[in-house]
Amino acid sequence: MIAFSWRQFRAQAFIGAAGLVVLGAILLITGPNLVHVYDVAVAQCRASGGGPGGCVNPVATDDGKLQTLALALVLIVPVVIGMFWGAPLVARELETGTFRLAWTQSVSRLRWLLVKLGLVGLASAVVGGLLSLMVSWWFSPIDKVSANRFSPAAFGMHGFVPAGYALFAFVLGATTGLFFRRTLPAMAVTLVGFIAARVVVAEWIRPHFMSPVTEAVRLDPNAGWGISQSSGVLSVSVNPPDLPNALVVSNDIVNNAGQSPTTSYLEHACSFLPGVNGNPPSSGGGVSHVAVSPRGQQAFQQCVTTISAHFHEVVVYQPANRFWTFQTYETLLFVAVSAVLAGFSVWWVRRRLG
Amino acid sequence: MSWVLDAQGLGKRYGRRWALRDCDLQIPSGRVVGLVGPNGAGKSTLLHLAVGLLAPDAGSIDVLGRAPAADASQLARVGFVAQDTPTYARLSIADHLHFGAQMNPGWDDAFARQRIAALDLDHSQRAGSLSGGQRAQLALTLAVAKRPDLLVLDEPVASLDPLARREFLQSLMAFVADGDVSVVLSSHLVADLERVCDYLVVLVNSRVQVAGEVEGLLATHRRLVGPRRDPGSLPTGQEVIEESHTERQSTMLVRCDGPVLDPAWTVEELSLEDIVLAYMGNAGTVRRTRAMKVLS
Repeated sequence: MIAFSWRQFRAQAFIGAAGLVVLGAILLITGPNLVHVYDVAVAQCRASGGGPGGCVNPVATDDGKLQTLALALVLIVPVVIGMFWGAPLVARELETGTFRLAWTQSVSRLRWLLVKLGLVGLASAVVGGLLSLMVSWWFSPIDKVSANRFSPAAFGMHGFVPAGYALFAFVLGATTGLFFRRTLPAMAVTLVGFIAARVVVAEWIRPHFMSPVTEAVRLDPNAGWGISQSSGVLSVSVNPPDLPNALVVSNDIVNNAGQSPTTSYLEHACSFLPGVNGNPPSSGGGVSHVAVSPRGQQAFQQCVTTISAHFHEVVVYQPANRFWTFQTYETLLFVAVSAVLAGFSVWWVRRRLG
Repeated sequence: MSWVLDAQGLGKRYGRRWALRDCDLQIPSGRVVGLVGPNGAGKSTLLHLAVGLLAPDAGSIDVLGRAPAADASQLARVGFVAQDTPTYARLSIADHLHFGAQMNPGWDDAFARQRIAALDLDHSQRAGSLSGGQRAQLALTLAVAKRPDLLVLDEPVASLDPLARREFLQSLMAFVADGDVSVVLSSHLVADLERVCDYLVVLVNSRVQVAGEVEGLLATHRRLVGPRRDPGSLPTGQEVIEESHTERQSTMLVRCDGPVLDPAWTVEELSLEDIVLAYMGNAGTVRRTRAMKVLS
């Protein structure tokens, strides 16, 4: 049974393996150069008296096309696996009628399905995981500079969590193929379902894997500030403090009573800003803080200094050292959902397709 | 009495439509059974229920004394050749033989190889490039080489040309003569079944119209032609299956327990096809419309 499932899957497996080998070779050849570029830039920076973070490191923009390609592959390969390995797995047998051959041999339907799901599911996880680990290794000098691997988008393109994504996409494809009995709709549903699951987890579930750290920080008038107006309401925001590789959940400006600056307070504190109190706006109707003239810049600086004196910043974040814990949790979450889907498939193939 | 197939009140529904309903049927073992009926009679559904590809919505079915496809050992006892004889188009004949060997503990590899050699097929040829007849032979080889106790074939020759049809049925007969196996074979063409079957079941609208030995059916059915008379006036032991009348003459197809003694009748023997068609017509409005046509 395993040997025959492998025979059916062999051609697809070779394509997957060949893709990994080709990409691996490219990354192996170009990877050391990135390390070199990084090291040279750090050495130059030290020589000129700055720390490793004190200068712009050109490695972040080196091999730009390859960076984009590698990240895109980690992003889309799981869903491609779901569409091209998962969706046809059972649907093709149902479409071509070969299920009537397969299910009347001396192997129960349950075992037939579990072997297929197990074999190709394992291959999916291996391809997704290897691909991501290869790319993560290649990216490590760049990650040292950009320090954002915990960000909602980058998290899923690093570490081993793409193994969980690939397994989930595969089982989702196989299950929808079984349910719809046709490959094409199953592919479409897999694509949409996978994207939805990734977005929902990244946006709403991942930040709650552990209770985040809350920290009150003094406001820095020299940080990146923004004051915006929408339908008459003024609001102020500031870039979070430098927390390399942390996942910032929220970052609010509040006073000791926990209140954010009100519109009337901002009108008072920032009365000289363009766009506030009838001053001519600097651009468009809604005001961004773009300070065009030296006078505007000065007014803006006064404004944030006043705010900084009366308010502070509350940062809620997941610290950088939780990265691998979160990778484990999210992988387990996708494996668990895959197991539930596989359980549904087993029930469906035994009860409903009878 | 042990039956290879025993259905009681068997029913299968697709949505609201019953494909098979209230079907009672017993098939004795050691026979080559032809299951014949018009398209839509429920033959395919019945056979899919027998091999466990479908589960009943009503009633029960036992095959070789157990629920179909109950476990691997039950699956091993039943061989199935599905309609249009599906095979894996992209896999070679050798792959299919490996498939059979891996999926069936009782696989007879020597037999399978000898069959493929006898058919003059190349092991490396893909199943998708085979002719319909060759593919059917491959599917039959797979089903027989697992050495089942019961071989079920669902319209195996329906899509084959006459030559391939004859070759397929000859292969089937060779297998049957070869071993101790029961066979259930469905078709909507009596001519196919006449050559290979020794037992016949006529199924129309889920109902068994008649079931019995082919020889017995041939011996007990006669066409009577004579002066017009009321079918009710026939002696007991003669049951009218089909009748048609003109102003002066009556033609009746009857089942009779003994010889027909009434000298008024011209008694004709019947072919199996005549008998089957009569029972198929008997099942519904076909008979009435036919009779009315003759009368008018």
